[in-house]
Amino acid sequence: MATAPASHADSHGHGHHAPGFVGKYLWSTDHKMIAMQYLFTGMAMGLIGGFFAYTFRMQIAFPGANVPGFGVVSPNEYNQLITSHGAIMIFWVAMPVLIAAFGNFLIPLMIGCDDMVFPKLNRLSYQIFLLSALVLIASFFVPGGGFAGAWTMYPPLSAKPEYGLTPLGSTLFIVAVALEFVAFLMGGINFVTTAMNSRAPGMRMYDIPVVVWMIVVASILFMASVGPLIAGAIMLLFDQNLGTAFFNPDKGGDPILWQHLFWFFGHPEVYVVLLPAVGIVAEIITVMSRKKLFAYRTVLYTTFGTGVLSFMVWAHHQFIAGIDPRMANIFTITTLLISIPIAEMMFVYIATLYGGSITLNTPMLWALSFIAEFLIGGVTGIFLGASGADIYLHDTYFVLAHFHYTFFPIAIIGTFAGLTFWFPKMFGRMMNDTLGKIHFWGTIIPFNCIFIPLFVLGAAGQHRRVFDYSMFPELARPELRHIDQFATVSLLIMLSFQLVFFYNLITSLLRGPKAEKNPWRSNTLEWTADSPPPHGNWPVLPTVYRGPYEYSTPGRDQDYWPQDAPN
Amino acid sequence: MMESLGLVAASSYAKDIDFVFDLIFWITAFWLLLAESVFFYLILRFRKKPGVPGQYITGELKSEKRWITIPHFAVLLFDVAILFFAVKVWYHVKQELPQAPDQQIVRVIGQQWAWTFVHAGPDGKLDTPDDITKLNELHVEVDKLYHFQLESKDVIHSFSVPVFRLKQDVIPGRVITGWFTPIKTGSFDIQCTEICGIGHALMPGRITIETPEQHAAWVAENSTLAVASATAR
Amino acid sequence: MSASPIATTRSTAGMPTGRLAVWWVIASEIVIFGGLLGSYIMFRLSHDSFAAQAAHTNTWIGAANTLVLLTSSLFAVLGHKAADAGDGPKAARLLYLTAAGGLLFASIKFLYEWPHEIHEGFTISSGTFWSFYYTAAGIHAAHVIAGVVIMLIIAPRAKRNLDLHRVELIGLYWHFVDVVWIFLFPLLYIAK
Repeated sequence: MATAPASHADSHGHGHHAPGFVGKYLWSTDHKMIAMQYLFTGMAMGLIGGFFAYTFRMQIAFPGANVPGFGVVSPNEYNQLITSHGAIMIFWVAMPVLIAAFGNFLIPLMIGCDDMVFPKLNRLSYQIFLLSALVLIASFFVPGGGFAGAWTMYPPLSAKPEYGLTPLGSTLFIVAVALEFVAFLMGGINFVTTAMNSRAPGMRMYDIPVVVWMIVVASILFMASVGPLIAGAIMLLFDQNLGTAFFNPDKGGDPILWQHLFWFFGHPEVYVVLLPAVGIVAEIITVMSRKKLFAYRTVLYTTFGTGVLSFMVWAHHQFIAGIDPRMANIFTITTLLISIPIAEMMFVYIATLYGGSITLNTPMLWALSFIAEFLIGGVTGIFLGASGADIYLHDTYFVLAHFHYTFFPIAIIGTFAGLTFWFPKMFGRMMNDTLGKIHFWGTIIPFNCIFIPLFVLGAAGQHRRVFDYSMFPELARPELRHIDQFATVSLLIMLSFQLVFFYNLITSLLRGPKAEKNPWRSNTLEWTADSPPPHGNWPVLPTVYRGPYEYSTPGRDQDYWPQDAPN
Repeated sequence: MMESLGLVAASSYAKDIDFVFDLIFWITAFWLLLAESVFFYLILRFRKKPGVPGQYITGELKSEKRWITIPHFAVLLFDVAILFFAVKVWYHVKQELPQAPDQQIVRVIGQQWAWTFVHAGPDGKLDTPDDITKLNELHVEVDKLYHFQLESKDVIHSFSVPVFRLKQDVIPGRVITGWFTPIKTGSFDIQCTEICGIGHALMPGRITIETPEQHAAWVAENSTLAVASATAR
Repeated sequence: MSASPIATTRSTAGMPTGRLAVWWVIASEIVIFGGLLGSYIMFRLSHDSFAAQAAHTNTWIGAANTLVLLTSSLFAVLGHKAADAGDGPKAARLLYLTAAGGLLFASIKFLYEWPHEIHEGFTISSGTFWSFYYTAAGIHAAHVIAGVVIMLIIAPRAKRNLDLHRVELIGLYWHFVDVVWIFLFPLLYIAK
């Protein structure tokens, strides 16, 4: 590394000609542009997924009604909507935004280098991701319509066209998911290799910001868990189209094999999306409370521990699925155990607030609400991990409310937290903080109004994936129907407030006050680059002298100490 | 708690499952309230004040770590308590198959989109001429032990009786056994709780738990032998 | 071809970036094949019918293909040695020989073995064993062909002493493909 070029321009060896529109926005290999592509694609898919949620919640609250913007929802359409809502939110919103968008934008900037290690592979990964999204959307328009067997795709319903009635849609769905997996495996190559190998001189392992670690661990978790499901996806594809019998019991196959392959991935997957969100929260609360992260090493080790444990809990999704009941005991033990490192992480974040000097601006409100809401998600998981209680709660709205109390903080709160926090760096302008707060409260309060009632409905026995409860006298009671209506109306309110966000986003992009380099007075390296950073990020790449969380260090006149300041 | 939501506890193990739920509820509610209170307190107490800087706390000192490790062990202890009761109930409902001299047997067949219930009839054995086969209706006698056999004709379904707190997936290609003992009379919902296609919400069932007299009368009316002899007359 | 960013030239973890990336790819492939073969083993243990179906695979062809792959791996190792020594033309020649081994493997399978089995009525939907057989061996063969294609891209540049480090990288990948076959061969051809 003796004569490594100190700047991006040096390494190119030729003068940079300005790229055209296509070169800059569509065919770029710059990690920041690829990050934007993932971000905006993810947000667009989020609008689609949100629209589906609006439609099916309207159907539940007002069965048979003509839903504005959609029409009357038929039973098959209902199943298609809930199937795609789940898949879209996890695979086409949470993952691209939290991992690919923030990962791509932040990793090179936070570790002090000029781009990802394999920029062309990076571009290809986005293109494959985009293709996967297009394949999914195409599946809605083919004869028979989109796949309608839930995002979990259990065979034989998903394997035999006669059962599911969506032969083309089923195949396109699994192809879309498989392509998405390939895109993220490719992306992972860049995240892990760049973070491990391309750090600025002086940046040791414990000087890496937590969010970078989290995205790296998430990529490793994803890679290690997705393999069996890719194998399973190929098997399902062959069952659907070539008459193989992997999962078809008529010909000697086993439907439960699919479940194992799916959940062996499915459980680590929730940590794959959780960790980047948790990382984003760490970056925000340290800056906004002017405090060193409490027990940084504990956070790291807890993360590794959670990652390892996450491979040992999967069958808690299958307690009553027909697995050997003795197995359930093992998985209930491991599942309850995994609550410990997660709880520890939450405690560490709460401890970080102690002794702080807290500014409650929009990013901080989002970051703090993540903790408050995720705590609820976490404790309600215990009901489901306890096998005895799960006998009753499985496949009820209790499960649904639990995972929305985890996924919503992850995918929605995490996104808004990261977006409002790094907006100045990404776009060179400041967002309006007042509008941000209005959007925040208009999202968080209705969110709780939607999902707390759903816990009650679940405990009362309301089961999932049902378009109309009128045939179930115990569930058709007016008290329960009114709760569903309350939840739906809350959703309508929450969706309306998102307009505030989009208004803020667009007006800030166009006319927001120009952002300085480091508006939050943060220590990490990305804030030493211009807002937004140019191609190559810095004219001279930085050197690092300390860890990322030296806030309020005694004996200094400033309450922050950037990583790249020599003294 | 479930009973307060209007859900009768109609099987011998329903109250045990409810107990686990309630236990978890109180333990987690306590911890949640504590954590959230500390959390909100810290936010308010440590709001930015002019001239008051943040404190430099690394969290690496033993005295500091204690604030994490002590709650951490408390969580572990409560987890163990929950585990004990959860596993106890699980074992009782899913691993044991109690026997009784007057036990009954019923076959439950799920298909797209209906339930077929094969009652054993007066002789107490399945696959004999006096079996009573009904669509979407299950009739059982209170305080009698029932073994059930679950089968599917096509895709995965799930046999769920909320008042029993019972749920078991039905897998094509296998026969899955289980048991219940009804303890309250009445007529209640049966649900399919695994998405099984377009008619997933259109296959409700009805379980009717009858007194011995009511049940005997129902059997007499419906047993194929009785019906056959009635029509023969 | 534009120059790589500075990021590519650093190696804070002590390993060259290219090698780190190839290990990542190999790791992800191990999990994919692991899932597939794990499923196969679970099925095999619980279905007696498998043994009857497996009896019809041709162990001699399987053994021949094993020999072909192992030999080609030997060429890959020698090619790596040549590349390390800076002898580009020699490394290229050995890469071409490795690729030839891969093509021979694919030809034996696709031009003789499979047509023969299909002719005898053993197709992918003949039974669960055959579903696994064609799927696992097929995905493996796809990896063999992908490896051959990559070798044919690397060899001409290596001949001109360009990017010699890539000879080692494709060799790594090739050894992995070999190892997967070492697992497949006993599972599909020997355990009868």
